[in-house]
Amino acid sequence: MSIISSLYLVAPEVILSIGSMILLLVCAWGGAKSARIVSILAVATLFAASAVALDFLLNPSFADGGDAFFGQYRLDKFSSLTKLLIYIAAIVSIIIAPRFFENAGVQRSNVMRPEYPVLVLLATTGMGLMVSAVDLLTLYIGLELNSLAAYVLASFLRNDERSAEAGLKYFVLGALASGILLFGMSLLYGFTGTTSFNGINQAFEGGIGTGALFGLIFVLAGLAFKISAVPFHMWTPDVYEGAPTPVTTFFATAPKVAALALTMRVAVEAFGSQVTAWQQIIIFIALASIVVGAVGAIGQTNIKRLLAYSSINNVGFILIGLAAANKAGASAMLVYLIIYVAMTLGSFIAVLDMRDAQGNQVEEISSLAGLSKSRKGLAAAMAIFMFSLAGIPPLFGFWGKFLVFEAAVQADLIILAAIGIAASVIGAFYYLKVIKVIYFDEPADVIVESDSRVHMVLIAIFALFVSPLGYLLARPLSNIADQAANALFWAF
Amino acid sequence: MTGGIGIEHYIIVSSILFVMGVLGIFLNRKNVIIILMAIELILLAVNINLVAFSAFLGDLVGQVFAMFVLTVAAGEAAIGLAILVIYFRGRGTIAVDDVNRMKG
Repeated sequence: MSIISSLYLVAPEVILSIGSMILLLVCAWGGAKSARIVSILAVATLFAASAVALDFLLNPSFADGGDAFFGQYRLDKFSSLTKLLIYIAAIVSIIIAPRFFENAGVQRSNVMRPEYPVLVLLATTGMGLMVSAVDLLTLYIGLELNSLAAYVLASFLRNDERSAEAGLKYFVLGALASGILLFGMSLLYGFTGTTSFNGINQAFEGGIGTGALFGLIFVLAGLAFKISAVPFHMWTPDVYEGAPTPVTTFFATAPKVAALALTMRVAVEAFGSQVTAWQQIIIFIALASIVVGAVGAIGQTNIKRLLAYSSINNVGFILIGLAAANKAGASAMLVYLIIYVAMTLGSFIAVLDMRDAQGNQVEEISSLAGLSKSRKGLAAAMAIFMFSLAGIPPLFGFWGKFLVFEAAVQADLIILAAIGIAASVIGAFYYLKVIKVIYFDEPADVIVESDSRVHMVLIAIFALFVSPLGYLLARPLSNIADQAANALFWAF
Repeated sequence: MTGGIGIEHYIIVSSILFVMGVLGIFLNRKNVIIILMAIELILLAVNINLVAFSAFLGDLVGQVFAMFVLTVAAGEAAIGLAILVIYFRGRGTIAVDDVNRMKG
């Protein structure tokens, strides 16, 4: 494998990294006025990378994928599919940003800093590396590239105290998570003598010693931080509330896809020969996330905090697929992830579209009262997203939950599935509460009409996707997810 | 290994440093700068582990890994301090107990 063919396999990352470097220079010379052009070029760069990823995904000549840079990086259908999902989330979070920043901040500077799209690009590059990593070293570099850009993004509204605090909290807990992950990786390296996932898997075939088991647990704990699974979820509500809403949209989708995909690859490819060692941990994390996500959301008054708990809850459901530890489970996780990204992007854009007469963001749930009178379309879209997140059958969100539970039942995890379903009923309570406030409470008349076409179009697209019409896509989605899961379980 | 110092001694030292780092983050109630120092301590504990294992296994990968960790740690410290500066500008304090604008 020569360097040239390696560079060919990492084409999406090459495009993104060169693009972000050039755009960073444009920012440096162009100053604040260049925000618009930088945003457009960043979206174009992401589209170019998506086109390459789509080609890798669908073109039969890449069906088997390949390893680049001497087994550091792997291109396969799994990585291409998750990358595509990440790029879509990144594109949406750049497109929705300018309108938010025009009205945001204490000083109302009325401009978006051009660094925002560049930081999103850099974080996206890191996430691409994460989902393609087949070596602990690549994993670490990808994860840190993503995290370092994300810390800055969280504190992007630097005159806003909440944003600065969100950045600080995210930084401290994220750095702690990286440290825990890294300590686990150093133990794995020491007790298996290799950093490649494949090598670790082979070393584990003969059994797992105490030192390596500690390494495995530390690595899983670090990854649980990144996907905000219980018991490492405490940063999520604060960061989601404090970060600027477009950034929260980004955090709730792209890094979550990347970290979950990474967790899947580590669990299956690196620890695949010791399933019993991690299955119990994943089952516990999944159940705890579902329950804490559902119960914690009940008392929330801020819609962004509520959506943060909702994302913790959804991560729990997705992890049920991983607990099944088979192809069906992995495929179900991927389908769930795709639907989850659509639901989350849709609901955050809907939140972003809620402004009062002064142009301030409206985040209190009680202010949503009467939305069904003043803005029928937005209220209907919000209802669709909430019903879908709750997993109410005619909507597409149900399909993801169904597949995940089906995989769990087939893997004889019936108790896990039963508790999960019971907890999803608790979860339905707070989603329905939002709908009740929107449709049945005394109108609060806080939210005014929005004139943003872009928001309308995006909300409509995602609402259509999660509406019952989404089932038309169920078969192609399952097909592609099955292929991706096959690529992940290549050794079995 | 000279003087009877084996790999287990290195692991013990690095584990102690790691635990001190984690406790430093959770027990410290005074100053965010101390948290930054605790994070560095964790990363240095990892480096001791990596280099010791690398020497023990006769494999260079661990030392290469340690170089990467050092580089990333520098970047992480820079970003941490930058965030701390904008936080201080807004609030006028960096006491850990005051980081509580959001709760619930």
